[in-house]
Amino acid sequence: MSTVPRFEHGSRVPGWDAPADLEKDPAEIPDPAETPVPPDLRSEIEAHMASYPDRHSAALPALAAAQRLHGWCSPEAIEQVACVMGLTPAYLDAVATFYDMLYTEPFSADAHSVYVCTNISCSLCGADELYAAIREAAGEDPTFNVRAFECLGACDIAPMASVDGVYVGPLTVADVPQLLADIRAGRPVLPGKQLLARPCADAQATGADAEAGT
Amino acid sequence: MSEKLLFKDIDEPGLNTLEVYERRGGYASLRKALQMTPEEVLAQLEASNIRGRGGAGFQMGKKVSFLPKGAIEKFLVCNADESEPGTFKDRELMQKCPHMLIEGIVIAARAAGARSSFIYIRGEYSQQADILDAALAEAAAKGYVGEDILGSGQSLSLVVHRGAGAYICGEETGLLDSLEGKRGNPRLKPPFPANQGLYQGPTLINNVETLSTVPAIIAMGGDEYAKLGTETSTGTKLVSISGHVQRPGNYEIELGIPSREIVYGLAGGPPEGRKVKCWFPGGSSAPVLTGEDLDVPYDFDSLAKAGSMLGSGAIIVVDDSTPILDVALKVAKFYRHESCGKCTPCREGTNWTVTMLERIDRGEATPMDLEIIANVQDHIIGNCLCVLGDAMAMPIASIVAKFKDELEAHMERARLAAHPSAPAEAIA
Repeated sequence: MSTVPRFEHGSRVPGWDAPADLEKDPAEIPDPAETPVPPDLRSEIEAHMASYPDRHSAALPALAAAQRLHGWCSPEAIEQVACVMGLTPAYLDAVATFYDMLYTEPFSADAHSVYVCTNISCSLCGADELYAAIREAAGEDPTFNVRAFECLGACDIAPMASVDGVYVGPLTVADVPQLLADIRAGRPVLPGKQLLARPCADAQATGADAEAGT
Repeated sequence: MSEKLLFKDIDEPGLNTLEVYERRGGYASLRKALQMTPEEVLAQLEASNIRGRGGAGFQMGKKVSFLPKGAIEKFLVCNADESEPGTFKDRELMQKCPHMLIEGIVIAARAAGARSSFIYIRGEYSQQADILDAALAEAAAKGYVGEDILGSGQSLSLVVHRGAGAYICGEETGLLDSLEGKRGNPRLKPPFPANQGLYQGPTLINNVETLSTVPAIIAMGGDEYAKLGTETSTGTKLVSISGHVQRPGNYEIELGIPSREIVYGLAGGPPEGRKVKCWFPGGSSAPVLTGEDLDVPYDFDSLAKAGSMLGSGAIIVVDDSTPILDVALKVAKFYRHESCGKCTPCREGTNWTVTMLERIDRGEATPMDLEIIANVQDHIIGNCLCVLGDAMAMPIASIVAKFKDELEAHMERARLAAHPSAPAEAIA
């Protein structure tokens, strides 16, 4: 089922029951002189900040950029973003914990994210079995970050998965070894099943040829 | 064969490029709109009577007219955070015809008087966001977006903003908070975004499909567009159909056709030998209808009269091979996961609904639990800042009401399985 850690009473906020250290002051905006930020990351974040009327709007793209570099929103990543954006780490932590695609637990920057949709339409078509099969095949391999995900907006190719943002489907349990082999080898995943190559289902929209063909 | 406005030649190779889009008449509507005054553009949108395609079905023209007039800074936000389970129409539009959306945004911004615009696209759609970015660069290079568009004096900036995975950011005020770089918590309304939206400025928020339809409305004229569909549900609509059907996918239909024609005619109905048990007419937030309701015309008002809603236009078909409890649990778990936690009825209600449905499955429930589940749903609806809680409560309440017998039987079976020595009579 869901891989989001959930406590018995239903909370999914990590550390919800950790005692707060009341003696400790909250972290301030990191000092640029003491916070090394990789130059590429800095320029990417600054470019994002420049494209909005308010710099805060760049929080999501900036965190995403830091995550691409570090693999997850680690304290170091948060610190670097906070430094460039002139925000406190707590502000960015609060943002990062809200979104499913920003990871607040460790992942390697080389890990491939495999999101398997297990929402209603996909599960009607066998997504739960697919997810279990992918999880089992991936095992403890740190190359993969396999997650059960909420509706990914591709119910036409149910059951489906998103591999580093590339949508593939409809998948069967038999596709799993090939899927993981493709990811390991760095090849395009299941090229014949990629969403982008799929024609529109509305046969009338694609003209008489397609109508006759399908 | 119904009229195709959005899906015309949708699979033409290279339609996502400016060259092909222009060759088949793209950006002609923008040129036409730039010849018109903003009031004239707005009048066309109002005449078209187009209702928002995102879920709420509010008239677009009216929404634009709510924005205050004058020289204040106004914003336009395109809601491309398509996350309603079962919905995938915007994805296909943005991926295959991104320029139609960009053109629609520029025209709508003219009507609204906005000078800054944003496309908030869900983070999962990274391929589509890349396509949009490329299209936007082409359009900007050609002068369709940016300063002094085609020498008209009108300017518009456009930024493609990627979300990071949160269903609630599809709710317009949650989206605005997220776009401002915060957690995507919905805001108290009023004030509505038309008065105080992004950065506290007046903001027009529309769905991808609504904005993509704007070029067609300008091209054919609002009155002509209003002749399509029914009187109160004008135009064509993209329908995403999925679940237990043979040909899942997006179809462009004229509003008002019988639902059966979509489920059976276009999508081929459930697999051989199975029957439609229930279907969600407008995404998983819509109350379910049964196989007997398939003759309801597919438009906003007819579906509302049948006790459901058109929502985002996503039909999810469930056939008789699936226990209804599994469907209810999937739906409830989704909303529990996506509840932002701001309002108590939604945060607690979604969690307790899941817990109680799981009790049924484990054989620990009593028949009274169904009443309690129904009661919990009653206490969620209308009691929160946004409709996420309602979006669980409506389908769950309808499932409990329409499939009471099946749920009771499921409960009894599970109870006997869990306690083989228990008496066969249900505990009253």
